[in-house]
Amino acid sequence: MGRERESPNQQQQVSYTVEELVAVNPYNPDILPDLENYVNEQVSSQTYSLDANLCLLRLYQFEPERMSLQIIVRILVKALMALPASDFNLCLFLIPERVVWCSNLCQLFFVRQQMEEQIKTLIVLSHYLETARFRQFWDEAAKYRSILEVVPGFEQAIQSHAIHVLSLTYQRVPRPILAEAINIEGLSLDKFLEYHVANSGWVLEKGQGRTQLIALPSNEFNHPELKKNTADSVPLDHVTKIFPVLG
Amino acid sequence: MASYGYDDYDGRGQQAAPPTQDPAYDPNFVSDSVKTFVVHLYRHIRERNVYEIHQMYEGSFQRLCERMFRESPWPAVEAIAPYVDNDHVFCLLYRELWFRHLYARLSPTAKQRVESWDNYCSLFSVVLHGVVNMQLPNQWLWDMVDEFVYQFQSYCQYRAKLKNKTEEELQLLRQYDQAWNVYGVLNYLQALVEKSLIIQILEREKEGLEQFTATDGYDYEGGSNVLKVLGYYSMIGLLRVHCLLGDYQTGLKCLAPIDISQQGLYSIVIGSHITAIYHYGFANMMLRRYAEAIREFNKILLYILKTKQYHQKSPQYDQILKKNEQMYALLAICLSLCPQAKLVDENVNNQLREKYSEKMVRMQRYDDEAYALYDELFSYACPKFITPSAPIFEEPLANYNQDAYRLQLKLFLYEVKQQQLLSGVRSFLKLYSTISIGKLAAYMEVDEPTLRTILMTYKHKTHTVDNHGKIVSNADLDFYINEASEMQNRLKIE
Repeated sequence: MGRERESPNQQQQVSYTVEELVAVNPYNPDILPDLENYVNEQVSSQTYSLDANLCLLRLYQFEPERMSLQIIVRILVKALMALPASDFNLCLFLIPERVVWCSNLCQLFFVRQQMEEQIKTLIVLSHYLETARFRQFWDEAAKYRSILEVVPGFEQAIQSHAIHVLSLTYQRVPRPILAEAINIEGLSLDKFLEYHVANSGWVLEKGQGRTQLIALPSNEFNHPELKKNTADSVPLDHVTKIFPVLG
Repeated sequence: MASYGYDDYDGRGQQAAPPTQDPAYDPNFVSDSVKTFVVHLYRHIRERNVYEIHQMYEGSFQRLCERMFRESPWPAVEAIAPYVDNDHVFCLLYRELWFRHLYARLSPTAKQRVESWDNYCSLFSVVLHGVVNMQLPNQWLWDMVDEFVYQFQSYCQYRAKLKNKTEEELQLLRQYDQAWNVYGVLNYLQALVEKSLIIQILEREKEGLEQFTATDGYDYEGGSNVLKVLGYYSMIGLLRVHCLLGDYQTGLKCLAPIDISQQGLYSIVIGSHITAIYHYGFANMMLRRYAEAIREFNKILLYILKTKQYHQKSPQYDQILKKNEQMYALLAICLSLCPQAKLVDENVNNQLREKYSEKMVRMQRYDDEAYALYDELFSYACPKFITPSAPIFEEPLANYNQDAYRLQLKLFLYEVKQQQLLSGVRSFLKLYSTISIGKLAAYMEVDEPTLRTILMTYKHKTHTVDNHGKIVSNADLDFYINEASEMQNRLKIE
């Protein structure tokens, strides 16, 4: 009884990349340290693998005593940077609220409390981004530089998310609104605009009064007429063809 | 908040089940009808007569359960073994049925749960190591995978209720900590998928190099269908296990080799069809891909509506009805968050209105009552989430069987809250083709900056990123803001 679990994929060679390890061993606790190292590598090399990180969170969920809150915080910051994709939520779904700790870890209580605060902060930041309150987001983020600045590329990632949301919504966006969303002002903003005029097809226009307007490139979401004409609804006869009545 | 509907009742009649130890039950007594049953079933399996096996599995077995084993287990495997040449594989199959019947009609003891796990380990090992040449009906093979995942879920729920466990039960939990271990469960399902080469088979079939779906997975050249088909259904099993764990992304990935826009082995067995689509739809809902969830719920609900009468005699009929009701609740949630009624067939819509029209109106309000309704519908219709980690046996013993459910519910309601102002803006946008920002803000009783965040939230929430990084619109309304130079800020609605 209680036999050994079936592990069909035990081979693990040095030549494997972490991505390959995950693909071949999705349910193998032995790769946990590799995955933790890989999170740190993603932070330092500005790369990202949702699958590898979900795999690690899954292993933590199976064996909470091996959980590293510091790694979780890093995964969550990287997931926030993946917006507009909903990676942050995907990660939260896997993190048990009540992390049960063995008594020998109790001396780490203070560290743990700090880490949990950090997770809560990230949830608040995600909430601001999910509800497009960029001003509040940047104000709040400024208070937590210690968490965010250790992850290179954080600001740029959130800025490009903000631009994505703006371009879904606006054909022409007033300069102050852009400035608020990406948290860049004055001369830096001029430079930023110059860059995007040259590289991303932005056009600067004069608005009412002295307001500058930025015309964002057309897409099917801010120019609905560009939307491809696809049938949205499934015709009934199509459904019945797929599922004929079982005799 | 109400937690209506989310209890430990699993719709299989376990709650009021009598204890296993019926004093009149003699495990060694084999009546003539049972003897005839096992002898015939064994013969048909040896002769690879799928039709007869299916008749006995769906018909005779159920009739005997009804007639003789309503409240007691079937005879022990040792008692019937002499009638089937002590055939090792047949005995494993018999035990699988034995436990399934026990779970469905009685309540298993701790010991029996562990024994059933061991039986699955033996059975799957035999299949994985390729020593079987049977052909079994798809229904039976699906039921095996389905029951395997069900018993795993049931064990996790059982294990998580540490309060009120007897010392003996706690001792068993400690002793057999590998039983229904989450790694073991996932690795068996994964091994069945891999060893069967089912993903490659489905790929080759697309290129016309192999037949699988066309023969319903059966092998007419003397081979066995068991590993292939178990591998196929294990992909649905993996989807379900990942949903139970809250890992929706991985779950959908496991199902991906099956093209659910086409008929396939998943759709010829009603239980597998419903399980696949229910979890597929639920996962998409949690990923905010509401339009996709609505489309698939619509299709299956229409299918159930049209074919319900053919399943009335099926042993799965109650389960079909229950999942049917749950999917209407999920459809009501999705349509409340993403009002795309045009995706829903008229007949399905009529059913939905009958069940939920009043609640759906109230869900648009976004007050406390509306949240309570989202909570109620979610709790009623969600999968039975599990905590997969081993229990902590430190005093005081606490129950943690609801933790996983509470987390998923909380995160779902959080999402609902983030979308709370969108239904208001929708109702105004529907009325105008062009409107200035100032005017719309005044109607909605918010200031202009707030309105702008609401409009951006609408855009963000209705546009999701698919697995290939492409932006997909779930929007029911299209609009854009055009701040033209000489005019007021115009919000144009298309």
